[in-house]
Amino acid sequence: MVIDAKNKQFNELNRDIWLSNTEGKIVNCLGQRFIAAGLKDKSIEIEGTPGNALGAYLNGASIFVNGNAQDAVGDTMNEGTIVIHGNVGDAAGYAMRGGEIYVAGNAGYRVGIHMKEYKEKKPVIVIGGRVGSFLGEYLAGGRIVVLGTNRDDKPLVGSFPCAGMHGGKIFLYGDISAIIFPSHVHTKVATTTDWKEIEPYVTRFCEFFGFDKNRFIPDNFTVVTPDGANPYKQLYVAN
Amino acid sequence: MLKEGEVRIPSGCAIAAMISTEGNLMTGEKIVKCMVPMHDRSNGLGGGFAAYGIYPEYKDFYAFHVFFDSHDARLECEKFLKEGFEIVKSEDVPIRKIPEITDVPIIWRYFVSPMSSVLSRLQLDDREFVSRCVTKLNTKFDGVYVFSSGKNMGTFKAVGFPEDVGRFYRLEEYQGYAWTAHGRYPTNTPGWWGGAHPFSLLDYSVVHNGEISSYDANRRFIEMFGYHCSLQTDTEVIAYIADYLLRRRQLSLQEMAWIVSAPFWSVLDRPNTREAEQIAYLRKVFPSLLLTGPFSIVLGFTGGIMALNDRAKLRSMVVAEKDDVHFVASEEAAIRAIEPDAENVYAPIGGEPIIFRVKEGAF
Repeated sequence: MVIDAKNKQFNELNRDIWLSNTEGKIVNCLGQRFIAAGLKDKSIEIEGTPGNALGAYLNGASIFVNGNAQDAVGDTMNEGTIVIHGNVGDAAGYAMRGGEIYVAGNAGYRVGIHMKEYKEKKPVIVIGGRVGSFLGEYLAGGRIVVLGTNRDDKPLVGSFPCAGMHGGKIFLYGDISAIIFPSHVHTKVATTTDWKEIEPYVTRFCEFFGFDKNRFIPDNFTVVTPDGANPYKQLYVAN
Repeated sequence: MLKEGEVRIPSGCAIAAMISTEGNLMTGEKIVKCMVPMHDRSNGLGGGFAAYGIYPEYKDFYAFHVFFDSHDARLECEKFLKEGFEIVKSEDVPIRKIPEITDVPIIWRYFVSPMSSVLSRLQLDDREFVSRCVTKLNTKFDGVYVFSSGKNMGTFKAVGFPEDVGRFYRLEEYQGYAWTAHGRYPTNTPGWWGGAHPFSLLDYSVVHNGEISSYDANRRFIEMFGYHCSLQTDTEVIAYIADYLLRRRQLSLQEMAWIVSAPFWSVLDRPNTREAEQIAYLRKVFPSLLLTGPFSIVLGFTGGIMALNDRAKLRSMVVAEKDDVHFVASEEAAIRAIEPDAENVYAPIGGEPIIFRVKEGAF
């Protein structure tokens, strides 16, 4: 079922999505927010530019965007998959608690800010290009993978990564010597066990966007985890 | 009725801008259309536009756009203007009466030129004289708000949604080489005509999404130099900071960006930070002009625009281009609304000034 988003308010568009069959395609999308919010069991393809908080509270549905997405993709999402064939704005995976986000291109500031995990719920974000500053800010759980395939001669990661990180894992591909990490995180070369943990997601990334999986050599991943012996205490004020 | 705090209003102001680096003129229609996908970022309590290159027939005269609360206020203002200026034209700003825009004040415009006898008596250059007169009118005259005072440019603003404000001011009838736009969602301060964006002084105009937590520190500093913040909105101080740093202190746009959106000291301490010494110097000389808190702004000036984020990039902003036209907006969708094939979409990093200038001689 094709839904024409032209001149539709976000609430009308979402109503149409809820009423659609299990597979839907949105065309002429232009800035409508909260698309597919809370959606459980459908698959939505989007042509155009979806607005902020795409797939907020997503609860199992799949979203495919043939272009760029804006801020707060997958805000607080619980389950499901979001696949972006372009770039995403700031705060992708904001407070995400489950599900998977794949971005072919670059991501803005604060990827995975305050993402968390509980038991079997382990959210995953895979970014194909580079990311902005404050990567994994206040990270409490889940996995973030940054592959750096399309960097335009810019840094893989911006300033202040892992600020306030106290859980979860970040995997960075390639040379990380220029990245300045805070003292409350620990970095090491990925072991086979680490690689096994993200291999299925890197595989899916390659399938979605047509990359050869062999280009990613497990030994070239660095794993960033919170340093239990020197936990995060404060960033802004002492209290 | 639900009170504040009981209802979540998903919002944030919207900004947008477009400029032809070839100096090609564009009507106001496009920039108004650009604001439509970002409608929900405003709440109808303020919208406005700044346009550059719109008064070529009066390009040597300062164009004052003024709100008056009453005709008496207008007469008082004109009495004052006549003492220092030659007024070559005085007229109503053309508007379209529409139900969406209400409580309309008297909106007037003057094309004026400072009298040379007055300038030589006061030993002031014309820009300084105009800036002082605007400050005086806005602070000492009841019911008078000069909200635009540059040459060959104009600010248009009102209480309403930006799309409606654009129709209200008949912006499709103006042609400019650069336009900036704002949709307002006032958080701490009243939504009133004078408080809508852009804020401008001389040819500098500012549209702003965000909230300046350093406002009072900035205000106290800038008021030492004869400015007066009278419009009850934090953005006003940014317009005065721009005038102070760029016109009076003759700093560059990059230097202004380093001052208001300075890199953190920890970044400057890194061995490979470029120009760290110069930035540190500027931070020390102008510590009170650092703008803290979230912001994305577009500064307009004769011949160009500058887009800038706060250093921690707490507000969204993207730029894109198509041929000679460069776009800035809070959301990519806004740019796609007027240029579906826009290229090189880029999200500037915090504190990175994006400057577009019209080529020499084309404005």
